[in-house]
Amino acid sequence: MSDPMDPMAEIRASFFIECEELLEALQDGLNQLEDGGEDTETINVVFRAVHSIKGGAGAFGLEALVRFAHRYETVLDEVRSNRLVPDHEALKLFFQAADHLSDLVRACRDDQPLPEETSAALLDELDKLLGDQTEEEVQPQDFTPLGVSLDLPGLSDLDDAADGSDPIPCWTIHFKPAFELYETGNEPQMLLRNLCALGEAEVSCDIGELPGLLDLKPETPHLAWTIRLTADVDEAEIRAVFEFVEGLCRLDITRDADPAAAPEAAAPAPMPDAAAEPGDPRPATPSPAPEAAPKAGSAGNSSKSVVRVDLERIERLVNLVGELVINQAMLSQSLESAGLSPHSDAMNGLEEFQRLTRDIQDSVMMIRAQPVKSLFQRMSRIVREASAAVGKEVRLITDGENTEVDKTVIERLADPLTHMIRNAVDHGLETAEARKASGKTEEGHVRLTAAHRSGRVVIEVADDGGGIDRQKVLETAVRKGLVPSDAVLSDTEIDNLLFLPGFSTAGKVSNLSGRGVGMDVVKTAIQQLGGRISIASERHRGTTFTISLPLTLAVLDGMVVDVAGETLVLPLNVVVETLSLSSEDVQMLRPGANVVRVRGGFVPIYDLGAMLGYRPVRTDFTGCIVLLISLDDGHRAALVIDGIQDQRQVVIKGLDDSFYRAPGIAAATILGDGQIALILDPADIIAGNGPIRVPDRSLKEKRADHG
Amino acid sequence: MAEQASTNDLELLTFRVADQEYSLDIMSVREIRGWTRTTPMPHAPSYMRGVINLRGTVLPVMDLAARLNLPSQETGDRNVIIVVHLNGVLTGLLVDAVSDIVAMTVDDLQPPPDMASEPSMAVVRALTVIDDRMIRVLDLTAVVPNRADDAA
Repeated sequence: MSDPMDPMAEIRASFFIECEELLEALQDGLNQLEDGGEDTETINVVFRAVHSIKGGAGAFGLEALVRFAHRYETVLDEVRSNRLVPDHEALKLFFQAADHLSDLVRACRDDQPLPEETSAALLDELDKLLGDQTEEEVQPQDFTPLGVSLDLPGLSDLDDAADGSDPIPCWTIHFKPAFELYETGNEPQMLLRNLCALGEAEVSCDIGELPGLLDLKPETPHLAWTIRLTADVDEAEIRAVFEFVEGLCRLDITRDADPAAAPEAAAPAPMPDAAAEPGDPRPATPSPAPEAAPKAGSAGNSSKSVVRVDLERIERLVNLVGELVINQAMLSQSLESAGLSPHSDAMNGLEEFQRLTRDIQDSVMMIRAQPVKSLFQRMSRIVREASAAVGKEVRLITDGENTEVDKTVIERLADPLTHMIRNAVDHGLETAEARKASGKTEEGHVRLTAAHRSGRVVIEVADDGGGIDRQKVLETAVRKGLVPSDAVLSDTEIDNLLFLPGFSTAGKVSNLSGRGVGMDVVKTAIQQLGGRISIASERHRGTTFTISLPLTLAVLDGMVVDVAGETLVLPLNVVVETLSLSSEDVQMLRPGANVVRVRGGFVPIYDLGAMLGYRPVRTDFTGCIVLLISLDDGHRAALVIDGIQDQRQVVIKGLDDSFYRAPGIAAATILGDGQIALILDPADIIAGNGPIRVPDRSLKEKRADHG
Repeated sequence: MAEQASTNDLELLTFRVADQEYSLDIMSVREIRGWTRTTPMPHAPSYMRGVINLRGTVLPVMDLAARLNLPSQETGDRNVIIVVHLNGVLTGLLVDAVSDIVAMTVDDLQPPPDMASEPSMAVVRALTVIDDRMIRVLDLTAVVPNRADDAA
């Protein structure tokens, strides 16, 4: 959309968006094929996806894309017509080709140089599958966009069939275009014309749903067509006509028992031009509306209608809902202070209002949510590439692809997840020989699952490899000076050593992983999303990494506290516990640096009020409330506060840091009274304050707290 | 804005800061709102009063008197916040009171005399006279610091 004045640019952009969907369908289909789904429909889906990309690419003159897609499609067509049975290798090739196709699509979209060599190599491979069948080079100009270039088998012998003495089957086709059909530039007229080409067709237009001129919305399609087709074709051929508008219309095809039965045609209309013509203001004739339910799953994809919305609009909606939440909180606060009886109408109404607000908030957050499917598909590609690079047979099993997570979370999860998947393939799984020796299948398994669990999203990456070699991990850590040589660590502690910066156990640095940027980067990335990561590993059985993430980045579970008359919010997930200090709890390390003794460990005290400059440093901490927080690096800190107000969800408002960025402040939120409260970033505030960190003698306790 | 035909016309919003009269080009003013308590930002420069809730966005508010090195006044309900718009960023300016909107032409403005010693002069773009009172026209880009020159 670089040039809003260019209509072609917009169409082009929507083509590429469509491509993404088609590529997704392609991946899905291939996965199904791999799982042994010997369904003719699956290969049809795969074929159609490639075919549609080719068609669209032709319209935009993307020759390289057309060339590749065409050859790919040819091979798939062989599979479709059962002339070729794809074996394991062929499927692998199909996956590679699909990956390459998406590379090509992206390269075309971004005007990047096309990876021609890979194209050529893959085309050769594909040709090998075809054997000696020759294929004429395709001319991209032949392809006009969607819905025209159809070669229908059986077209040529149509006349013979019509003259034949066999009773020619008679089909009744109900066709009701949806809004998206017109939106994507399809013409019902074309479709009908193609249908007429199949045989003798009687087309009638149902205008039953056509409202009066006053209520007419020009954007909404009201017309439907009933076509009685007398032709010697089977249902698949009729469906083929509507191939390009699948999911964009309601299509119902039934075979009439008696072809002579007169159709109860309602107000036969001439070949209608488009839905844009329904200017006839006469009251709609009550005609039997073909309200038959669309035949579910003709292409495996339920025709659920989807609207593409600009992300900016959703952002605005999210902001407005945030407003509403704040407003509602204000209202309830003022009603309460007005001293109304809790049973008054106003209070009851308010309760209802609160419920609705929460519902709206949830629904709006759901709009931003996306299934993790696209992310998982990207990961399956990573697995394919990684396994090829290290020469292991790896199978990725995914589960919970439809789990929905906030869009931003998905985007920012891609890198850490890629890293983890590579790690699993490279380090997690053993070589085929080693697997065989230990009585496992030669093919390694990596399982990627997503699920909702108590208000969070849990993503697991599990391999059935050798598990963590704890002895080796500990040795490495000692050698690198990460832990003292005489340290006695529990299994969990050793596992967590993997997250230390600069840790890598792989004996040699492979070009896949082990370049020093390791799990610590993953961990940081996850923590930036407000998530946690943990490891479970069993020797010879495998390793499981579990990531737990908040559902959204727009709201935060926070602890609302008072400090020197100001209200502050701390992310709830860092708060380990709260303590009330007595005089003997606090020990002075040196003037200005105090520690508190918590269950055998010493935790440095930070006076939040003084650190934020709200008041001079306190000297006597007796009676103070401290929040014990756990920092990213496993250290703990005790923050002195004046009081705890509440634990509640707060809407995160970005701070405009254009001319001042306060250290330690992550964002802000608006409280029920309309005042702004700052959301603290505890790690930042402590880092910015010059660490008075006590070397943590009790690593054990630290790790236990952390886990 | 029928009189926008002439580019020489401009309107100034005049206001009082520490008993002096200043003004701003009205085109940079978004709105004027009453005083609400600000939430102070930790370790902020002294002229930064804090942030307020402007219909759901967090608006930084600057004490204009402090920014101009004028004696800071007691703030209370009589103060107002002028919300200005600069380079796509909204900022609140805390002033004593808003006085008037005056229309004039560019010709009525005089460049300030070169008196480098006065620190607040750098932010005064021009001077003008209304009803025998001297009005300073503020240069908003100089008043509202940007990230680059205020990294501290």
